[in-house]
Amino acid sequence: MMNIFTIARRDFRSYFNSPVAYIVITGFLAIMGYMFYFGFAHYVAQNAQYQQFNMGKSISITDGVIKPLYGNMNLIFLFLVPFITMRLFAEEKKLHTIELLMTSPVTLTEIILGKFFSALGLVLVMLSFTIVYPIILFATGNPEIGPIVTSYFGIILVTACYVALGILFSAMTENQIIAGALTFATGLFFWIISWAASSAGPVWSDVLMHLSLIDHYSNFGQGIVSTTDAFYYLSFIGIGLFLTHRVLDSFRWR
Amino acid sequence: MIQVTHLTKMYGPRVAVNDLNFEVKKGEIVGFLGPNGAGKSTTMKILTGFMPATQGQAVVDGHDVFENPIEVKRNVGFLPENPPVYPEMQVFDYLEFAARMRQVPKGSVSASVKGIIDKTGLGEVQHRLIGNLSKGFRQRVGLAQALVHNPKVLILDEPTVGLDPKQIIEIRELIKNLGNDHTVILSSHILPEVTATCQRIIIINKGAIVAEDTIERLTTRLNKGLIYNLMVKNPAAEGIAALRKIQGISNITPAGPKLIIEMTPGGQEIRDKIIETAVQKSMGVLEFSAERVSLEEIFLQLTTTENATGDQI
Ligand SMILES: Nc1ncnc2c1ncn2[C@@H]1O[C@H](COP(=O)(O)OP(=O)(O)OP(=O)(O)O)[C@@H](O)[C@H]1O
Ligand SMILES: [Mg+2]
Repeated sequence: MMNIFTIARRDFRSYFNSPVAYIVITGFLAIMGYMFYFGFAHYVAQNAQYQQFNMGKSISITDGVIKPLYGNMNLIFLFLVPFITMRLFAEEKKLHTIELLMTSPVTLTEIILGKFFSALGLVLVMLSFTIVYPIILFATGNPEIGPIVTSYFGIILVTACYVALGILFSAMTENQIIAGALTFATGLFFWIISWAASSAGPVWSDVLMHLSLIDHYSNFGQGIVSTTDAFYYLSFIGIGLFLTHRVLDSFRWR
Repeated sequence: MIQVTHLTKMYGPRVAVNDLNFEVKKGEIVGFLGPNGAGKSTTMKILTGFMPATQGQAVVDGHDVFENPIEVKRNVGFLPENPPVYPEMQVFDYLEFAARMRQVPKGSVSASVKGIIDKTGLGEVQHRLIGNLSKGFRQRVGLAQALVHNPKVLILDEPTVGLDPKQIIEIRELIKNLGNDHTVILSSHILPEVTATCQRIIIINKGAIVAEDTIERLTTRLNKGLIYNLMVKNPAAEGIAALRKIQGISNITPAGPKLIIEMTPGGQEIRDKIIETAVQKSMGVLEFSAERVSLEEIFLQLTTTENATGDQI
């Protein structure tokens, strides 16, 4: 446990000792700020119109602002997480620092979990900045708290999946660019896998829908926590980290 | 402390280490000597549990490297060929990290790091980024991380590479002093290095041990007999003939004023006699010296001609 913390802390600090953390955080906040501002402005305008013509009825702030905001955040993490994870093992291999990790009295599992939590830590820092958006919404309107909480919960789970995927590809190569590109491509593949569902047979359609990373997010976005969805994400993370373990272990044998 | 039996490592079809057997006792400093690609680094990586062997066994401090790697790693400090340092970290923070990874108890991390910074002379750079340090200092940081947890066994892969002559002497001195309560294996291609620090050397070539002994015994074992050089004012034929008669001399080759006198191997001490005879024949002795077969020669002999003639020592 202590070892996981030691490794996670070093990697986490290392993000801030290089430009990575600053670039990723700045990019993230710029895009999110843009989306929030115009999403909110659009909602206000649309709602004014809507109320005029529908006499009193209105779109809820949850449907109009919160759902699209967190849905988009999910997509942005798909783009940004590869930049966070690509270095985790690739760089250690390139710099030979992996020899320090692997000849220290710690297990491979501890090393992998340390890396996983360091990246997740950076994601949490990024997420913590976004708390201002619900605060603004509470100050100006009366949104439901449920969907906000579950959205965060879902986002953390889904980004943890991207992180697991990123660590796996980082363990496979010394080249950070390749690791990042493969992470993004595979993450995207698991996003759009459900598109094939509509044209697949009934059984395959179910399977494909179930495999889709984005499909399991929709419940969380609505304020619903389903154990099936959480289980899917946790399995995804578990399999990703397990495969990383296999890859690193076999790399020693070669 | 370290027992290696029938150790073999293959990289795919290529044999890097072939049926290695050796033992290192507690407190010994052993030099691993061999040309490029001999398998020194490979053997060290196996001993430290970085990678498994294809076959054979390695035991460090009573723990099998394959069955009980964590226990082995606890007792071993390893300096790999490339110092495993993070360029974006400061020296002090890095060593603190290394200490924690090596399970130094929480309360003594800071003291251990300070101690090792003193020992390896890193004081003046301790708050600089490792990436900005010179090669020699980076090497020292690598050495410091191997020592920070005061391990029983030290495995150092070419520890003085990239250091300046003054630093080399300091680091050799440091390693020598470590030998008192640590067991050390170090690798090198540089023979004076091994002569200066090690009590015993293991010469490997193409993955196999070609010689293993103390430095003195290796020298005598390989010697075709000692050679003395006698410089005289008057290398007259009469004098040379008289010298030739001395028992224990197998050959004399005059080279101007210098007489190269070869002894029969295992002969008695006859230096007195040689001088006496030379003085008697009024040859005018200027200089008398023993020519030592250097380790370089041993090394070359073992790793080159050895294979050609096929004779084992
Ligand atoms: N990862 C690897 N994959 C394939 N072959 C390797 C690998 N590492 C080493 N080898 C081969 O194994 C042999 C032994 O290499 P090793 O690095 O142990 O030699 P060395 O004695 O340390 O040499 P040097 O003095 O150059 O450091 C060499 O023939 C080398 O090419
Ligand atoms: Mg080597």
